Amino acid sequence: MSYYCGVDIGASALKLVIIDPERRIVARALRRSGIDYALSADRALDEALGESGLQREQISASMATGYGRNNVPWVRGTVTEIACHGKGAFHYLRREMTVIDIGAQDNKIIHIDDQGRRLDFRMNRKCAAGTGAFLEEIALRLDLPVASLNGLAEQSTAEVSLGSFCTVFTATEILEKIRTGQRVEDIVKGAFRAVIKRTMEMGAIRGALVMTGGVVAHNPLLARLAEDVFHTPAILPPDPQFIGAFGAALTAAEQMESSKHADS
Amino acid sequence: MSSGSERKDFAATKMMKTIMGNYFGELANGPQQGRKTAWCTSVGPAELLQSLGYNVYFPENHGAMLGATRMATDLIPLANAHGFSPDICSYLTSDIGSYLKGATPLQKMGLAGIPKADVLVFNTNQCRDVKDWFQWYARQWNVPCIGIHTPRAIGDVDAPLVDYVAKQIEDLIGPLEAVAGTKFDIDRLREIIACSRECTLLWKRVLQSAANVPSPLTFFDGTIQMGPAVVLRGRPDAVQYYQALVAELEQRAAEGQGAVPGERFRVYWEGMPVWGKLRDLATQFIELKTCVVASTYCNSWIFEALDPSDPFRGMARAYSSIFICRSDDEKERYIAEMADKFHINGIIYHDSKTCPNNSNSRYELPQRLRERLGIPYLVINGDLNDLRLFSEEQTRTNIEAFAEQLTEV
Ligand code: SF4
Repeated sequence: MSYYCGVDIGASALKLVIIDPERRIVARALRRSGIDYALSADRALDEALGESGLQREQISASMATGYGRNNVPWVRGTVTEIACHGKGAFHYLRREMTVIDIGAQDNKIIHIDDQGRRLDFRMNRKCAAGTGAFLEEIALRLDLPVASLNGLAEQSTAEVSLGSFCTVFTATEILEKIRTGQRVEDIVKGAFRAVIKRTMEMGAIRGALVMTGGVVAHNPLLARLAEDVFHTPAILPPDPQFIGAFGAALTAAEQMESSKHADS
Repeated sequence: MSSGSERKDFAATKMMKTIMGNYFGELANGPQQGRKTAWCTSVGPAELLQSLGYNVYFPENHGAMLGATRMATDLIPLANAHGFSPDICSYLTSDIGSYLKGATPLQKMGLAGIPKADVLVFNTNQCRDVKDWFQWYARQWNVPCIGIHTPRAIGDVDAPLVDYVAKQIEDLIGPLEAVAGTKFDIDRLREIIACSRECTLLWKRVLQSAANVPSPLTFFDGTIQMGPAVVLRGRPDAVQYYQALVAELEQRAAEGQGAVPGERFRVYWEGMPVWGKLRDLATQFIELKTCVVASTYCNSWIFEALDPSDPFRGMARAYSSIFICRSDDEKERYIAEMADKFHINGIIYHDSKTCPNNSNSRYELPQRLRERLGIPYLVINGDLNDLRLFSEEQTRTNIEAFAEQLTEV
């Protein structure tokens, strides 16, 4: 049986999946990208192999994506995270959709037609506003663990409005809110809302709204706020944080299968 | 990097180095030879200045050199500190930074520094920044700064508009004669305009060679090859140069030699070049087997309306017809025509932070053209000169993803 592997080396986290010929995820690994991408990818692969009881030889092909995609020696090729998020999300939905991926350091919005073809896409500009890095900065300012943000925002009763484009300006706005005695829950919810506002500016929603990436996976409130803003249900595919890696594994499978067809 | 991803050079390029070298030599020696120096915007009345015997210097060309040598990124902050915002034209800020520091790539061309102007002559057909830029030097050196105020967002280049601009060009003669100490000679102007027109038509043929499939020329080659069309137009050496280059390109086209081996896709580049990243981008496109075959930028120095029999109105028409000063309807029509002529599969818009004048993705034009042409587009954020505004990784990934998308179409 042929298995395929996809590895997505993002700005902060490395995600790896192994899929079977039916395109089902049989193993996954998640770790920090670290500073030696090749080593991190190796460790993640070993971890996923251990979890699934597979051997390296059983992986017919692997593809890499993400910032570190060119640093993995054992992959068959690379593909951009834009292609992977589109392909991964389309695999589950099979309809016209807009994929919004909120990453640690950039956001993407990808329009896909009902055949799975990309119509257009956009990555955010160079600024961290609206990304995971923004929420990390806010957590730092409020002296809170990042993991506590979603729970706090859920308890908000009177959301605070934060208006700036810029992460640094927003941090200053937050100082002002603290000074005037606003509740931390309400400030955090305001920061969540700011993430969604920055995303909204990137493009309109066509078809279904699908959200991917680690930030949404860890902060499900963001999806509900997106529903508010876009007036449409926000769909989270299975394993939203692994969609990029999954898309890479799907690409590996497709390429191998089409090259087999070409040979036969 | 394998030799497969290197750009192919042209034999004619050697000749370009010589004629550009001669030109800079003339600028260097002008003052000793008693010749006056006029600064001119890239789409200003260069022919008129030449006819009066001026050595003509184009600071935008210097701006591009500062960008291409990546000196700009260190020089811009000096101008910022002087009061010029980081949000305005980074040709202006790098050039003024260069002046403030006394560092310029022109020193390698035998000049002591940037050539001091006796008069500065602008045309606002491209932007207001050029006038502000020139006025700063005029105050530094206490010399006159004069120019042409061309309207922007022009629809039809009609007779009243042409008359209005032509009158302004004619009105420059008096002050220019006074500085030059020479008398205006209309026959000399006609000769120079005829020569400039010949240069322009050859330059057009250079660019049109890229309509061949595969294309023998890329946009990145174009940005280098355009030097003489900008700074030497009106001079016989530019004509000779483009004759040689056209012959070479047409031969390559006839032999089916593409500039990008295995050309799969053909892309249009809208907006300014990213001067400091030309080589990297050219290499990436070669790796992606994608040829950037045409651009608004390189085509902006085609001045077909120049007319020796009607010199002022011809110049007015030519310099008011350029893409940058036209209405969005005209821009849309123009790009659609180019996409058709050059068999374009996709359009890349460079949203250049410090040049809103030459960034055309900000008023929904890409979306309109996608509807009209049915081909995809990509917007990249960057800048002509200020690499602080350019994200290498994001741009690479965007371009790679765009090539993937073209495969899916
Ligand atoms: S058109 Fe743009 S790049 Fe050229 S001088 Fe004006 S602002 Fe600068």
